[in-house]
Amino acid sequence: MFAEWQFIALFVLLAPILPGAPIIINRLLGPHKPNYIKQQTYECGIETVGDTWVQFKVQYYIYALVFVIFDIEAVFLFPIAAAFGQLGVFAIGATVLFVFLLADGLAYAWSRGVLEWV
Amino acid sequence: MNIAELFPKLLDLTVFDYLRSVWGNAPWVEVVLDIIAILTVSTFALLLVFLLGWTERKVLARMQDRIGPNRVGGRFGQLQMVADVVKMMTKEMIIPAGADRIAYFAAPILSLMTSLLLFAVLPFAPGLIGVDLNVGVFYVLSISSVSVVALLLAGWGSNNKYALLGAFRSVAQLVSYEVPMILSILVPILLARSMSTVGLVEAQPIPFFFYAPLSAVIFFVASLAETGRSPFDLLEAESEIIAGFHTEYTGMVFGLFMAAEYIGIIFMSALFVTAYWSGYRLFGLENVVLNGLQLGRILGFLVIAGKTAVVFFLFMWIRATLPRFRIDQLLNFGWKFLVPLSIVLIFVVVILDKVLVEVGLVGGSNEVVRMGIHLVSNLLIGWATIEILRRRAKTARQDYEAEAAARDAARVTAPAHAD
Repeated sequence: MFAEWQFIALFVLLAPILPGAPIIINRLLGPHKPNYIKQQTYECGIETVGDTWVQFKVQYYIYALVFVIFDIEAVFLFPIAAAFGQLGVFAIGATVLFVFLLADGLAYAWSRGVLEWV
Repeated sequence: MNIAELFPKLLDLTVFDYLRSVWGNAPWVEVVLDIIAILTVSTFALLLVFLLGWTERKVLARMQDRIGPNRVGGRFGQLQMVADVVKMMTKEMIIPAGADRIAYFAAPILSLMTSLLLFAVLPFAPGLIGVDLNVGVFYVLSISSVSVVALLLAGWGSNNKYALLGAFRSVAQLVSYEVPMILSILVPILLARSMSTVGLVEAQPIPFFFYAPLSAVIFFVASLAETGRSPFDLLEAESEIIAGFHTEYTGMVFGLFMAAEYIGIIFMSALFVTAYWSGYRLFGLENVVLNGLQLGRILGFLVIAGKTAVVFFLFMWIRATLPRFRIDQLLNFGWKFLVPLSIVLIFVVVILDKVLVEVGLVGGSNEVVRMGIHLVSNLLIGWATIEILRRRAKTARQDYEAEAAARDAARVTAPAHAD
């Protein structure tokens, strides 16, 4: 168990090096002559108007919120799936009920118009 | 350790077992072997980008009646990607004014990092895997969730409205299609009763595609969307939002996003093969032993490579064929079609498989019967889905035609124009 996660830990430590190295090489090899015009934001060729970091459409947030609910419920479904062979009829009934709640959540979100793109 | 012994071990990919037997059981041995494995896997994934990037350009060119790369490195432009990387390495790195530098540089690193980390649990051949986690599929899903954060960081850090729009789109899209993906890969896990990727492969004497074709199709579509490929390439729709989240990236920093995308596609193809097409298994080829050489390993590796290449070809084919979705169509398709369908599939598989276990039709020679019953249930669900869609399309068409007829009638009665 520990040996397995040791591999993942080492990988997480080593993984930033592989993308990091090309960036450093690029910085060393490439020219570096910044000027005002060059550093302007590219937005269709005209000068950019206003601040970028403004309030954004709530719809994106709502989708993310619905996702979180589904994701968390799915987290509970995976162990059930892995242990499926050892489950009794009662546990299967509970699982079906759980999936039904998941479906019900989707139906509720749907009927409330959360899934409409407006 | 001598070279004469090492060479055949390299050939049949059992070099790690050999090194373990030579070096003994000290704790440092495992660390060194882990580091070698990590570097091998990552380098392999990065080299695949060169190969598949070139292949994709060549294949797309052929499909669009062009020639594609044909100058660099020979008649077929084999070294085109190498030339591209050299070019990107020597380009100036332009950081836009007002960018959030930490987010700006964290994004490509995080993006490629997550793509590489996925390869840790991919079984390349029997016994040839980074690490066989007992929660392998879970690990994959959790790591691939992090790539969403990378895209949001890229869009937010660039200080560019189009990049930010691209980032929002990618968050909405990736997050939405992760749900059908999670729910559809639950079906093979239910059938295999194991979350480990090796466990999935070992449970597939018959590929799970034949048990659950619908779930496989849903997973494939969701993986297209997860990797941001056409027809779901809204995150970098060049005709709408310039280049999406990587608008402000130049040189190798952009190259990292591209590499991450390719590695993601390769991994998703390989995961699809592992979960539904029995990974490295093909009629027992993976267990062949010849004169003490574990030939099965290299054969298994070739088998999974071939299968993955076929799926990758499908990705390219779809890219060359289908036009882009609109964002509301994309989200409706995900939430109102794929998610309900995959929930229905989970219901059916849970109940049906439990009944089959109780009847005693699971495992051994009964496996074919089990497969047949699952297949029939899938075909019935598929038929019902198509029937429902057909009826809805019919009523929608009738409504539209009635509306158009009413409009035409109104135009006839209206006074004619002077011209």
